[in-house]
Amino acid sequence: MAETTRTSATTIDSAACAPEWTEILRQMIFIRRFEEATEREFRRGKIGGYLHVYSGQEAVATGILSAIQKGDIVFSGYRDHAHALTLGADPCRVMAELFGKATGVSKGKGGSMHLFDAEHGFYGGYGIVGGHLTLATGAAYALRYQQTERIVVCYFGDGAMNIGSFHEAMNIAGLWGKQGMCPVLFVIENNGYAMGTSIERHSALTDLSARVRAYSIQAEKVDAQDVFAVRGVADRVIRQIRETGKPYCIEAVTYRFSGHGAADILQPYRTKDEVEEHRHRDPIMILRNRLREICGLSDDDVKKMEDDAGERAAQAVKFAEESPVPDPRELFTDVVAEHGPQPETES
Amino acid sequence: MAEKTYRDAIREAMMEEMDRDTNVLIMGEDIGVYEGTFRITAGMLKKYGPRRVIDTPIAEAGMAGTAVGMAMLGLRPIVEMMTMNFAIVAADQILNHAAKVRYFSGGQVDVPMVIRGPQGAGVQLSAQHSQTFETFYGHFPGLAVVTPATPADAKGMLKTAIRGKDPVIFLESAALYGMKGEVPDDLDFTVPFGQSRVAREGSDVTIVSYGRMLQVSLIAAEKLSNDEGIEAEVIDLRSIRPLDLQPSYASVAKTHRAVVVQEQWKPFGAAAEIAASITEEMFDDLDAPVARVTGEDVPMPYARNLELLATPHEPQIIAAVKKVMYHD
Repeated sequence: MAETTRTSATTIDSAACAPEWTEILRQMIFIRRFEEATEREFRRGKIGGYLHVYSGQEAVATGILSAIQKGDIVFSGYRDHAHALTLGADPCRVMAELFGKATGVSKGKGGSMHLFDAEHGFYGGYGIVGGHLTLATGAAYALRYQQTERIVVCYFGDGAMNIGSFHEAMNIAGLWGKQGMCPVLFVIENNGYAMGTSIERHSALTDLSARVRAYSIQAEKVDAQDVFAVRGVADRVIRQIRETGKPYCIEAVTYRFSGHGAADILQPYRTKDEVEEHRHRDPIMILRNRLREICGLSDDDVKKMEDDAGERAAQAVKFAEESPVPDPRELFTDVVAEHGPQPETES
Repeated sequence: MAEKTYRDAIREAMMEEMDRDTNVLIMGEDIGVYEGTFRITAGMLKKYGPRRVIDTPIAEAGMAGTAVGMAMLGLRPIVEMMTMNFAIVAADQILNHAAKVRYFSGGQVDVPMVIRGPQGAGVQLSAQHSQTFETFYGHFPGLAVVTPATPADAKGMLKTAIRGKDPVIFLESAALYGMKGEVPDDLDFTVPFGQSRVAREGSDVTIVSYGRMLQVSLIAAEKLSNDEGIEAEVIDLRSIRPLDLQPSYASVAKTHRAVVVQEQWKPFGAAAEIAASITEEMFDDLDAPVARVTGEDVPMPYARNLELLATPHEPQIIAAVKKVMYHD
């Protein structure tokens, strides 16, 4: 099994200037503007509950999800806006979900932590840390059982690696992988903190990839502020997962610029200097500079992307604001299947 | 119709459904090679192979959680818990995930899965292995909770559970595994949830129960008839969620007295819910407060004499009936 390696894109070939990279930059900028809008709307009292924004981690969602295929299934924890958006969920409906509106992707019943868009392959947004890892493992088994070539991508944070369901999911995935029955890509979004507890304080062994390899699952570390590096690894390992039906784990080393949640203002667990230092490795800046230097992306192009992203985020807010709240009758729907717990009549 | 044990009825239900629908599979601890601690799954690995009869590690959260993921993608997994006591380890997966994902996704997925296994006291398994869980699971919307008391219901309700669209907690009474009863042969024989039944007709008092305590209540009713001339009507609830109390209300309208029997602890139990509902709905018909017969409020002891004292038996039911009839 491979040693822990830190992959980075040291050479850029002409494919680096493929139009796809411009699209990835556009998407990363949009995620940032969207998240900034959610923070504003949270402060205005338009968004309730918890709000966990993704700023700083954009290369993890875009680098991997740009490499999957239609029909693949994605699970995430509660920092889930970027995953849903990158899969193609309508930003207006995502924002409407955060506003608790009937037009939301989960009909206003889930909120920020439970975005869900099955049509685009997004199977949730889960709020119990680590709980969804077992679901993703079972989903992967189902996809193979049904003899498809679809795979599952399962995102979770470094903080999810200390709860029992992580270990149960990894062990089962490792076992099922040996039979080629577990095509799942586990993505650790290692942003260095479990809420406010740093990795050195929450993990006895801080080499997270090594912890995954303990379950007979291949794992590698990638500098996830560099979307080229993320995408490079993703292309390779997703192909391997699809071919072998074995799980794989990417430890995406990243950093979150905002607080853990919108209420995490003081951030006593880290210094402003630390955050500033990481802002010098902003994934959007890294990609933008590279496209400027190598592919001739102009300042005007970037400005237009920024303006478009801001405009689309504003549109989403407007849509959410103008949408109706859920009908009171919705309170009682979707608890169980409409016909109740009876078997359906056979046709 | 053929006479079958409760155990065989459960196995037959699973195998018939696995024959009918390849999306049905079963996983659990030592259900395959070992053929099951209670031999419910005997012969299944040989017939269906390891992809459909999955021996899992001892990892209840892993079993329940992977079943949720399978169900969301269209399979119909059955999870056998070696005993339902162990399913507490999977509480997050069952209560926070299985029971809620339909709702918080706005109805975008079905979660057709069954978590089944034995529960209950009676064979000196002491505190960690003797509990019952209908009250625990019955509290949570998004789940169905069923407690079959006969081989026919065990088979028919398990088929309903497997064919459904929602997570079902299927609570088997370990003490009933060897019980025999008539079971219909029809491959499409199912018993719907939320339809309780009159298990014994009577006119003097209503006894409401489910699961193993239904059988104890029936024995008590026979003794009351033979020894006291009291004719008890016994209602079998069959499922706790959904809960159908209409036959209980109709019976109380006739008898004006009710006794609710459950195996486990009295505080905040299923019997409390049922007694409160009868009181709310039938207050003007009642001639006595609704009585509860329950287990004692202690962890289950090991010693045989203490275990017998901790669980309800016919004498407690008879005493409660006499009390609501003011015969004491």
